[in-house]
Amino acid sequence: MLQASINKHLQGTNGEFLLDIKLEVTEGELVALFGPSGVGKTTVLRCLAGLEHVSQGNISLSEQKWLDTNLGINVAPQLRRVGYMFQDYALFPNMTVRGNLEFALRKGANKQRVQTLIDMMNLGELQNHHTATLSGGQKQRVALARALASEPKLLLLDEPFSALDAEMRARLHDELLRLQKSMGITTIIVSHDVGEVYKLATRVFIMNAGRIMQQGAPATVFSAGQSSGKFRFTGQILALEPMDVLYSLTVLVNNQIVRVVVMPDEASALKIGDSVMLVSKAFNPIVFKLA
Amino acid sequence: MTVDIQPLLLTFKLATVTTAILLILAVPFAWWLSQTKIRLKPVVETLVSMPLVLPPSVLGFYLLLAFSPEHWFGRWLDRALGVSLAFSFQGLVLASIIFSFPFIVHPVQAAFQNLPKSLTDAAKILGKSNMQIFFRVLLPNIKPALISGTVLAFAHTVGEFGVVMMIGGNLPNSTRVASIAIYDEVEALHYATANFYSAVLFTVSFVILLIVYLVNRRAKNATSLY
Repeated sequence: MLQASINKHLQGTNGEFLLDIKLEVTEGELVALFGPSGVGKTTVLRCLAGLEHVSQGNISLSEQKWLDTNLGINVAPQLRRVGYMFQDYALFPNMTVRGNLEFALRKGANKQRVQTLIDMMNLGELQNHHTATLSGGQKQRVALARALASEPKLLLLDEPFSALDAEMRARLHDELLRLQKSMGITTIIVSHDVGEVYKLATRVFIMNAGRIMQQGAPATVFSAGQSSGKFRFTGQILALEPMDVLYSLTVLVNNQIVRVVVMPDEASALKIGDSVMLVSKAFNPIVFKLA
Repeated sequence: MTVDIQPLLLTFKLATVTTAILLILAVPFAWWLSQTKIRLKPVVETLVSMPLVLPPSVLGFYLLLAFSPEHWFGRWLDRALGVSLAFSFQGLVLASIIFSFPFIVHPVQAAFQNLPKSLTDAAKILGKSNMQIFFRVLLPNIKPALISGTVLAFAHTVGEFGVVMMIGGNLPNSTRVASIAIYDEVEALHYATANFYSAVLFTVSFVILLIVYLVNRRAKNATSLY
């Protein structure tokens, strides 16, 4: 069981705000931190790993205290046994793929572990390449393998799949799930992709401005209030033009331009550039299966 | 023409000793400078860079004063350690270290600053001590800067004249380095000897700088992949 309570002042784009969160994750669980950028998701991971100073709080992993500001306990990152995948992967450019994994081994660890991970992550052909020559997807696999090589008790993944195309992402999702299940490592993944959270996590913590606003199973949290058979889209107003007695409203929704009509009194409250939510009954929609 | 090659040997001995000591002192110092947040950092950086802009004779003059037995520092050195730095090889080494310090600190400091911080973080999380991180992660990844800094410091020491002139004097086998010898030979109208020394220094400096540029080009090609 991972228990954490973290208090810390953060500098955001809109001035200072307080990071104030409480987390509880059961052993072997995979949970997600979800939210827009700049709300403190990465900082939470860095605090858990011991890379960031915490003004007040405590962190413990299965009876082991890592941090307790009241008792003055702060275990160094070297001793926390965390596996961390950085957003920029942080592979060591002076080492080969195999070298990166071997560097991660703990003292006295079985060297065979490197080979096992290389086989598991399909890195056999790349093992003697320097990491600078790898593609994004390859780097990602090496970074995950390296994080696992140190036999972590807690795995922290910071937007690990953000730089990849959809197909590669789906493959790596499957790989991560398989590895995480077989090793049973408690895992926290930072993401702002609903689909990813849905697929990977058993629970999701929705963060905003340094706080956890909501938590629960992704299916419940993401569909809260939406199970009534309605579509909801958020978008940005591109144009607002009078059209006879009504107004025509052009909205950008997810790279698609949608035109709808609104009443004059509704139109008076809107202007170009506003963020709006379009709601429509999902009654009898036409469904196409995509290849 | 009989040429005494002692001045050349002395020059390369001075440059080698200076560079070796500089590597031990300047690399950790550059690392500290790249990490520190102390308020006096601009002052420290200015002091390090002073030899770049100061006439070598100024530095030489002050060092000469400090080294002289009349000054407390020189007197203390003489009494406590039995070392006399004025007009001695040790004095030249110390002066050269100060004089070539920025040539190695600048590129190495810049390279440390350009390394992603996540490399250090990642190594920490993998359980590595600060020493292991420094020698196995940081240093190997700034190799081009380390090589060019080392080579430049060496070349700069070879080319020193003003400082050596001020504090070394012109003692054969002790402080009469090649650059001084050239000046001397020209004054004595021994152009052939002066030409010999000059040609050697010219060739060596050319080769050394060529190595720097070749290394930098290779490093640039390597990092463009990164």
